[in-house]
Amino acid sequence: MEGIFGNLAIGFTEVFKLQAITIAGMTMTLPFNILMCLIGVLLGTLIGVLPGIGPVATIAMLLPVTFNLAPIAALIMLAGIYYGAQYGGSTTAILVNLPGESSSVVTCLDGYQMARRGRAGPALATAAIGSFFAGCVATMVVAMFAPPLAEVALKFGPAEYFSLMVLGLVAAVVLAAGSLIKAIAMVILGLLLGLVGTDVNSGVLRFAFGISEMADGIGFVTVAMGMFGICEIIANLEQKEKREVFTSKVGSLMPTRDDFKRMVAPILRGTVLGSCLGILPGGGALLASFGAYTLEKKVSKNSHEFGKGAIEGVAAPEAANNAGAQTSFIPLLTLGIPSNAVMALMIGAMMIQGIAPGPQVMTERPQLFWGMIASMWVGNLMLVILNLPLIGMWIKLLTVPYRYLYPSILLFMAIGVFSISNQPFDCFLMAMFGLLGYVCVKLGCEPAPMILGFILGPLMEENLRRAMLLSRGDPWVFISPSKPISMGFLIASVLLLVIIALPALRKKREEVFVEEPKA
Amino acid sequence: MKVKSQQDWWAGLMFIAIGLFFIVVAAGTPEFINKMVGSKLIPGYQMGSSVRMGPAYFPVVLGGILAVLGLLVLLDSIVEKGPDVAKFHFRPLIFIAISSLAFAYLLKPLGLALASIILVFISAYGGHEFKWKEVAIMSVVLVIFSIVVFVKGLSLPFPVCPSFVDVCPIR
Repeated sequence: MEGIFGNLAIGFTEVFKLQAITIAGMTMTLPFNILMCLIGVLLGTLIGVLPGIGPVATIAMLLPVTFNLAPIAALIMLAGIYYGAQYGGSTTAILVNLPGESSSVVTCLDGYQMARRGRAGPALATAAIGSFFAGCVATMVVAMFAPPLAEVALKFGPAEYFSLMVLGLVAAVVLAAGSLIKAIAMVILGLLLGLVGTDVNSGVLRFAFGISEMADGIGFVTVAMGMFGICEIIANLEQKEKREVFTSKVGSLMPTRDDFKRMVAPILRGTVLGSCLGILPGGGALLASFGAYTLEKKVSKNSHEFGKGAIEGVAAPEAANNAGAQTSFIPLLTLGIPSNAVMALMIGAMMIQGIAPGPQVMTERPQLFWGMIASMWVGNLMLVILNLPLIGMWIKLLTVPYRYLYPSILLFMAIGVFSISNQPFDCFLMAMFGLLGYVCVKLGCEPAPMILGFILGPLMEENLRRAMLLSRGDPWVFISPSKPISMGFLIASVLLLVIIALPALRKKREEVFVEEPKA
Repeated sequence: MKVKSQQDWWAGLMFIAIGLFFIVVAAGTPEFINKMVGSKLIPGYQMGSSVRMGPAYFPVVLGGILAVLGLLVLLDSIVEKGPDVAKFHFRPLIFIAISSLAFAYLLKPLGLALASIILVFISAYGGHEFKWKEVAIMSVVLVIFSIVVFVKGLSLPFPVCPSFVDVCPIR
């Protein structure tokens, strides 16, 4: 335990460190990291509130801005956006019945009902309290579990890494809506696109078609902005705008004594479940909130109230999604494997900063590692303190029409992408990936798994090559008893695939059964 | 044979096409096509062996898997009923794409200010409502904002004024 607190102390000193910063020619001494954390959580809440822009697009949009920042400041800000978005998403879910983020879909169910009964204030407060508590616990979980995991991961050879990546990618497929095969195909497509550029081993230019800008491969930011940012804008423009702010007044924020009593157990359960689901590869906020709501509905003695404004139905998923959002940093920080699209972007940010993600980050850059973890706790505290008083402002922002928003978003994306190499070609690629993303969405293929594949493509090839070289071309190296960890990962992947395939199979059969009488 | 799921049909075709494309570019055109044409159409990269994988090895394997998966989706579309391809909306698609391209290729000759205004106008035209006055105000606000934040604050090396203007008030 002492070690953890010592490490957290390193982190907190890093977060609160005063730095001399030169902005626009003026040098100032500022607690820069904490400022970045604040900007991150505020931005995150903003995009969480505004429907139509997700955290993935925003983080992608801000990646070029972070080029000039120190690595720690950049990562603190980006992480802040992610968990800020969870808070913001729940605000709109409760007030407008619009999930700002996919992870707050379940909060709509009971949160909005509470708001309709004039209890919007307590619902918002419950969400904030639940999230904050879960955030504190999850920070501790990250601090406790990351070091031992990183130690194990340090012993991984190329075979283990390859198998781990297979497992990570398979697990990521769980989250994709729709067809399993299509999701896997999107992962493979991402892996292939990740290979574009100069091959490290042979120096051969692959899939560059004589375009000199492609020699370094396709920029990660470019792909992410195209597939998420541009694609989201086009998809949003398809629908006519309709947004209604339901509440005129939030009313008193304070939950009653009875509310407090009822929210304690759900928050605890949600936190535990969320933390566990977040660690799993492929997990994260989305899975956690759904899982927690289902669990709560089963165990709560007030289950008849669910869907009609049960405070438990707000507390549990809100705690869970925040816990999950935070613990999903564990695989990222210890193994260098992203568990969802946001984490893939974080890896991208680390690589841009010249940090190779993996277990060595913790030992080689303890300030960065622990600073990031400490910033999560600080960020959560800021969110609670800032958000409840700022709710009025967020509601106002909700009424900003999308026709003002998207040209601004588009402009910032274009500026960001252009600034990567100061060439128009990247913007061209961004537009092309926007089109590809749009086509994929129309064909029922989710782009999120693709971005994971894209990040892991070169790493996977590298580890596969090394493993095969070491085993003299014997493909059984990945599942030989001499490599139990690698074998375990691959068996787990296969099991996961079978499990995911099964309910789909069952559902399909049900559909067939339903439709057969008609035919 | 009838396609029961248009969505899966096209998705399957897309995956097969992309998979084959990567295989052909990586491994080169097949021998019989080379013979027909008389020269190597696409040279491809070194395959290598499983011990020492060449640059073509991994892409060919992945392309193969992608093509097979595409085939599965394609077969599924004949067997299993599924949704139609959702309607494409070309107006936002085209205007958004054009506006970002216009910005990219006009930024250096025309400068950040004009390029931003052009982007805002073209993209706004792709939406449902287009009001001249609104868009004009918005573009001015955005130009000022991006000059302050990106050029001044983050010191990105963008020209603010068109390249034919000799004396630019903002640098």
